[in-house]
Amino acid sequence: MIKYIVRRLVLLVPILFGLSLLVFVYVRSLPGGPEIALLGERATEQSSEAIRKDLGLDQPLPVQYGRYLKNLASGNFGSSIITRQPVMDELKQRFPATVELGITAILIALILGIPLGFLAAKRYQGFLDHASLGASLIGISFPIFFLALILKWIFAVKLGWLPSFGRIDATIDLPHPTNFYLLDAIIDTNWKAFVDVLKHLILPAIALATIPLAIIARITRAAVLEVTNEDYVRTARAKGLDPSVVDRRHVMKNAMLPVVTVIGLQTGLILTGAVLTETVFAWPGVGSWMLNAIRNADYAVLQGGILFFALITIFSSLLVDISYAFLNPRIRYQ
Amino acid sequence: MGLSTSRRLLRLMALLTVLALMAVACGGDDDDADGGGGDEAPAGASLIFATSADPVVLDGALVSDGESLRAIDQMFEGLVTLAPGGTEVVPGLATDWTANEDGTQWTFNLQEGVTFHDGTEFNADAVCYNFDRWYNFTGSFQNPAASYYWQTVFGGFAETDPDSGAPEDSLYDSCEVTDDLTVVLNLTTPSSSFLAALALTNFTIASPTALEEYQADEGEVDADGIFHATGTFGTEHPIGTGPFMFEEWVRNDHLTFVRNPDYWGDFPGNVDELIFRPIPDNAARLQALQAGDIQGYDLVEPQDYETIESSGLQLLNRPAFNVAYVGFNQKHEPFGDIAVRQAFTMAVNRQEVVDAFYAGQGEVATQFMPPELFGWSDAVTTYDFDPEGAKQVLEDAGYTLPVEIDFAFPTDVSRPYMPTPQDNFEAMVAQLEDCCFKVNTDSATWSPNYLDNADNGRYGAYLLGWTGDFGDPDNFIGTFFQNEQKAWGFDNPEISDCLDAAEIETDEAARTALYEECNNLIMDFIPGMPYVHTKPGLAFTANVTGYVPSPVSLEPFSLVTVE
Repeated sequence: MIKYIVRRLVLLVPILFGLSLLVFVYVRSLPGGPEIALLGERATEQSSEAIRKDLGLDQPLPVQYGRYLKNLASGNFGSSIITRQPVMDELKQRFPATVELGITAILIALILGIPLGFLAAKRYQGFLDHASLGASLIGISFPIFFLALILKWIFAVKLGWLPSFGRIDATIDLPHPTNFYLLDAIIDTNWKAFVDVLKHLILPAIALATIPLAIIARITRAAVLEVTNEDYVRTARAKGLDPSVVDRRHVMKNAMLPVVTVIGLQTGLILTGAVLTETVFAWPGVGSWMLNAIRNADYAVLQGGILFFALITIFSSLLVDISYAFLNPRIRYQ
Repeated sequence: MGLSTSRRLLRLMALLTVLALMAVACGGDDDDADGGGGDEAPAGASLIFATSADPVVLDGALVSDGESLRAIDQMFEGLVTLAPGGTEVVPGLATDWTANEDGTQWTFNLQEGVTFHDGTEFNADAVCYNFDRWYNFTGSFQNPAASYYWQTVFGGFAETDPDSGAPEDSLYDSCEVTDDLTVVLNLTTPSSSFLAALALTNFTIASPTALEEYQADEGEVDADGIFHATGTFGTEHPIGTGPFMFEEWVRNDHLTFVRNPDYWGDFPGNVDELIFRPIPDNAARLQALQAGDIQGYDLVEPQDYETIESSGLQLLNRPAFNVAYVGFNQKHEPFGDIAVRQAFTMAVNRQEVVDAFYAGQGEVATQFMPPELFGWSDAVTTYDFDPEGAKQVLEDAGYTLPVEIDFAFPTDVSRPYMPTPQDNFEAMVAQLEDCCFKVNTDSATWSPNYLDNADNGRYGAYLLGWTGDFGDPDNFIGTFFQNEQKAWGFDNPEISDCLDAAEIETDEAARTALYEECNNLIMDFIPGMPYVHTKPGLAFTANVTGYVPSPVSLEPFSLVTVE
């Protein structure tokens, strides 16, 4: 097992190397350049030249890439040209915001999606089954940003129950040692802040959760249906086991394998979904940061951010693979 | 024993749903109880304003982005400022000023009894400290991305690095302290536009004590050539003399100011706590305003005007301070011929274009600067829509109709003066072809290709525009026509001499008359077709009064009352 993990980690090196090259070339192929973002329509040829020179963009691409790799190797992701902040500093501040939102969304998707899928399977061809299938179809096909706008319109604009943007009310005084605001509120034992942060989380997390929720519900349903018809389940029932024990020990545990795979894959979906959700809710996370970076041709931010996204996706798929071994002892890695 | 898992689950989910709804509903009540202070008594109001981005840094000398300038405006003041809502230069930290005859020596008398937020006394030494700081910038501070406005107004530095991209010569010569409350600024060449430029937020006066203590000029340049301030002046201790004082800045979340209790000037409003929150997305800003989570925001999109007005919110418009135009490159035939330029302008129905694409927020431009600015002339040649007349002009000049021309527009861009370039372009092309031209169309992405092509004279006719930086005609027609430019492809000594003379004239009335004359000359020569000035919109909740939109976005919240 350990050997397997080590091998997977070693494989990361060429993957990241290739990825860094791809990202490097990609961001430079975007129209416009940082000098336009910085000086706008007032850019004279002379001042644009000076900025490109300052940023090292007048060098040949291989030289720029070499310098970029050298910096990467020493853990330096460069600085944003717009905010003049080191990419790592911004990432430290914004990543917790995205993680907090992402985890809440995944939790919502799991807490609702698995039971929904299970119930649908149990009531196969019944009303609940049809309803959940229909709802999940809508969930998958509804554009996130549109759903987000509708949710906000109902719960923030019309009903006034929930805030329409941001992570916390600006008048609440809360120190941010971790930048996970829920955690910060607990550390500070500030329950008013905790409730406020929670309220800010609800709408964006629901918007972000819809697609994973729909997918998880459908996969759970399919998996449960399949397992329910297995011989060992029939045997368990035949020997008179309590139905709830059969469901828990025999059906759910075995049905979880494909569900876990899907959960792992959702990480990527959550990250891409975060770009839209964070923008609509002015959520200061990695997603809205990347979108701004694209607008401003902020090379360092794009390079750092995309590499980081890739790392997270790779690691989450590794975690999924490892968790297989625990869920199904028959799977062992050679 | 008896209940199956699915039943239990159903019950559990029902219970969770009820609990969630209850929590949300209770939360709503809480929110109303401590919500923002919007409904509080007038004294000590709090106001949340949504900006489109976080500021870069709160040091006026080092920024050129609108959101940094907006924040700095609340805390800092310059020697002069602009009358609320206009471009007239009025006293700021200086009570009055005089210039010597040739406009190279400007004496400012300063306000008495003004202190910075840190208690430092404001005086002539503080003024010179700031000017000398800017003039002596070195290294990456000379980068045009850092000190753009210094370079635009004053040019170079004490020791200009030849690689910095900054101009070599500087308009600034020296600053002299005559006495505690009198300061003299010496210029190397005569300039009058510099007085209006001094109203720029970039030339506001900071506390010398704070600049030193919080190491405003300390920093390092990283491997990517980006300067990082290591001091905390611009991030934690921006200290000026303005109506608001810095309280807290949580990056990407909020920037909070509190009222300056010892403010020397008028503070007619009631905002004690002012909070800027970045909301980059336009739809999100609108919804936040509708939800009452914010009390105002800038950069309203024209398509939202109707929603705002119909939902009981206020829409305010900035006076026009921009111009969109079709540039003619005279090196590119047939635009060298004035008959073609005149006919082009007469063939386009500018009113129709403005009515169709500017949501009622545009006015037809007759010249290359907005009517709010002094020097705007009501006597320019206007070239009203007259397709028959256009044909006649061309035929009289010996052309066979239709006359073939090249005309280009930018893609992937929206500008305040040109929200949908392609719509403008297509409407104009249709009108031109209806009249008497055969148009070869061209387009490119705004940056870098389109701007590059236009600036380097590769287009015949092209759509472009400009938003002013400061309230002086020099910033409009001076920028366009004072020096020969490839984009226009002409050298007209009569026009450039007129602009040279106007720039250095120190007598206000004489200067106004000169710029009017220049505008007349320009429109007789018709180097391009100016077609619209637009009035960008701001939105507020109904209980906000006193906000005065400024053409150059110089808008202090000290005037604002939240009822």
